Amino acid sequence: MQTKITFDRRSFLKASALAGGGFMLGFNFFAGCTSPEKEVQSIPKEWFDVNAYLKIADNGLVTIMSPNPEIGQGVKTSMPMVVAEELDVPWKMVVVEQAPLAPNSFKRQVAGGSQSLRQSWEALRMAGGTARKMLVEAAAQKWQVPAAECTTDAGQVKHEASGKSIGYGEVASAAALLEVPETVELKDPKDFKLLGKAIHNVDNKKIVTGQPLFGIDVKKEGMLIAMAAFPPAFGMKLKSVDDTATKAMPGILHVVNLDDFVAVVGKTTWEVKKGRDALKVEWEADDPLESTADQDELLTAALGRKTDEPARRDGNPEQVFSSAAKVFERTYKAPYWAHNTMEPMNFFADVRETEAILEGPIQTPEGTRRRLAKELGMEEENISIMLTRMGGGFGRRLYGDFVFEAAFISRAIKAPVKLIYTREDDMTKGLYRPYLTSTYRAAIGENGELLAFHVRGAGMNGRAVRQDNFPAGAMTHYLAESHVEPSKVTTAAWRAPGHNYVGFAEQAYLEELAHELGKDPVAFRIELLEQAKNAPIGELIYEPDRFIGVIKLAAEKAGWDTPKPGVFKGFAAYYSHNSYVAEVAEVVMKNDKPVIQKIYCGVDCGIVVNKSGAETQVVGGVIDGIGHSMYSALTIKDGASEQQNFHNYQLIRMMQVPDVEVHFVESTISPTGLGEPALPPAGGAIANALSAAIGRRLYVQPFAEALKAPLAEG
Amino acid sequence: MANYTLDVNGKKSQVEVSEDTPLLWVLRDHLELFGTKYGCGIGQCGACTVHLDGNAIRSCSFPVSAVADKKITTIEGLSADGTHPVQKAWMEVDVPQCGYCQAGQIMTASAFLAQNPNPTDAEIEQAMHGNICRCGTYLRIKKAVKAASQ
Repeated sequence: MQTKITFDRRSFLKASALAGGGFMLGFNFFAGCTSPEKEVQSIPKEWFDVNAYLKIADNGLVTIMSPNPEIGQGVKTSMPMVVAEELDVPWKMVVVEQAPLAPNSFKRQVAGGSQSLRQSWEALRMAGGTARKMLVEAAAQKWQVPAAECTTDAGQVKHEASGKSIGYGEVASAAALLEVPETVELKDPKDFKLLGKAIHNVDNKKIVTGQPLFGIDVKKEGMLIAMAAFPPAFGMKLKSVDDTATKAMPGILHVVNLDDFVAVVGKTTWEVKKGRDALKVEWEADDPLESTADQDELLTAALGRKTDEPARRDGNPEQVFSSAAKVFERTYKAPYWAHNTMEPMNFFADVRETEAILEGPIQTPEGTRRRLAKELGMEEENISIMLTRMGGGFGRRLYGDFVFEAAFISRAIKAPVKLIYTREDDMTKGLYRPYLTSTYRAAIGENGELLAFHVRGAGMNGRAVRQDNFPAGAMTHYLAESHVEPSKVTTAAWRAPGHNYVGFAEQAYLEELAHELGKDPVAFRIELLEQAKNAPIGELIYEPDRFIGVIKLAAEKAGWDTPKPGVFKGFAAYYSHNSYVAEVAEVVMKNDKPVIQKIYCGVDCGIVVNKSGAETQVVGGVIDGIGHSMYSALTIKDGASEQQNFHNYQLIRMMQVPDVEVHFVESTISPTGLGEPALPPAGGAIANALSAAIGRRLYVQPFAEALKAPLAEG
Repeated sequence: MANYTLDVNGKKSQVEVSEDTPLLWVLRDHLELFGTKYGCGIGQCGACTVHLDGNAIRSCSFPVSAVADKKITTIEGLSADGTHPVQKAWMEVDVPQCGYCQAGQIMTASAFLAQNPNPTDAEIEQAMHGNICRCGTYLRIKKAVKAASQ
């Protein structure tokens, strides 16, 4: 069965001939067709909407351009795969190019929320399918046979009745002269040849040979290097600068006071760093400086307060709690986390009188350019932002602070400059995963039945509650409340925002609650999901069947029901970013210490586009989730981060990594993202398995701290 | 400031820098070899790993004055065209995600395998302990090191 799709081709596709022979089809990566009216309204019918293209040369070589920021989530490989599938060409004939990034050519170039592939799926398929249809039409005209009698395979058009076949390259120039069709037939997912296969990262060779792909590698004619002295504590601002020593140092060309920070500019990184470190800067604070200990008291106090406006309220939870036979209550807490992308923040800027040229790693080039235009008092079209490969994002590069800083420095010194953060700048400057805590409560009836569910969270500059999460939808009486305490410590989206904490707290609570109710944690979750399916209460953001599907898959693969001698198990299942992930963690005791040995994952992300890319995203997400849950914490004292670098902020290393086994649900549903969804349940799964192993529950991250305490007897 | 003659990837180059300049920044700023990455500057993450007379070292923590008469190999010099067995294994196993730490990982692994061609899992974990990957590609790194050892 094929899907027939009609679209507004003028806003979406443009065919043209290539100089010297061949065919080029421009298209918009994000022009979805699921809600055509809306799309027609939102997309101007002009050719500059074309933000991507595929080219078919007369030798049959296919070039597909990928415009989305690549932060390591694999879209530069997976998105072109979708085009190649519908085009029906073998992957070995495909070349993937990074977008040339002209300022007006890009729509919604954002890497965030695991949405890249989900939002572009239809557009990518249509582009490939349209090109294929035009190539078929060109071949049919050449042979003077009906197009309907022609098929395609591996970059060739075939006419079975006459036994004729011809390579795409040979009809590409003729196809370029045809009208773009009004409708296109897409493949039945069952007929996919390329999607679902393991295709390697298209940039592997460049990466393993050390080619300059990253923002920090940018070098331009006349470019200078800048570093900055930023406020050493949240709440501090610049009072005075003495740059005498710095200016006398070799290689230093400028010291610029930009009110919020002081920039040192010179020829080489090391000279600039020494010059920056030699600045004598006085900082001052108007208000008392914060510390984690004080914030801890604020959050604890907030947990004791009702909210006037619950984030979600179903039924009459207050009444049920007041008359319940028993209330089962547990409180969880997790620290600030820094993003710590391996490539520290950096950006190149060349700001002139009437135009600005910028280049570097940013997850939100479009929005950053818009704000930059305002800040610089410049027209948007006079600012160009070129994207580089990014040495990790994890949410940090959604924010453009370092882009603005680079631009302001360049404007002040009237020269092209690359701003580089040291690791210490990067880690201490802020934009952290918020400091979060929450209390979960269950009202239990006289016969041990679960009657009502309540979560109340509090966070510094951030929310500790995802109010629509399961078991919302399964509970007749449900209450979610969220307090946000203001702080000068800046916070930000961090890989799977909110979920990265809730996946631990909620899943640890559900496991302990199941034990409290005398139920198997897996059976308990499935029972509740069946309730949500059969009699949903309020808004249901997840599909219970898909949730149950991954729970059963992970449980089956891990042999959940079969005890293994010496192995302690924990379970977690979580829905985020439109994907479902269940994880079983196994812990063993070695030398009286718990060791995480293995994680089994059941994943439903719809159609798996790139088996290799999908698997590595899930494994990486699990390892990242384990690492941060176990080892990572950032604390504040006198307004400043107490951790500055990897000697006192621990990230997971190879010998701490368990084996991870990934199983995907077979699906024909449109694909959803994978950059984030595997991370949240990892914290919950290991909390549960570790707790089983040591005989007491873990409520506070990072777990490695709690595990230092002596083990319980027995 | 002083003059140094460095032997990098079999090529002699003259640089004029202060004697405390870390090898990392000489490679990146003066020799324009960008494959060696800055990650932490204190020898904790391994992104800047290069070979010094065949041994893996953290170039962020080695001043240029300490390396002037030694043979330095960077990721660019490991092979002319990505055909070193460790590079090939990295591609075969499809290791990189963001890719930033991988040059350092490869340089640590290749120096290690040159000295221990048939390591155990525990030996690999020990050897790779100084290299951080924030994307969490450790299992594929381990697999690639094993693949390259065979």
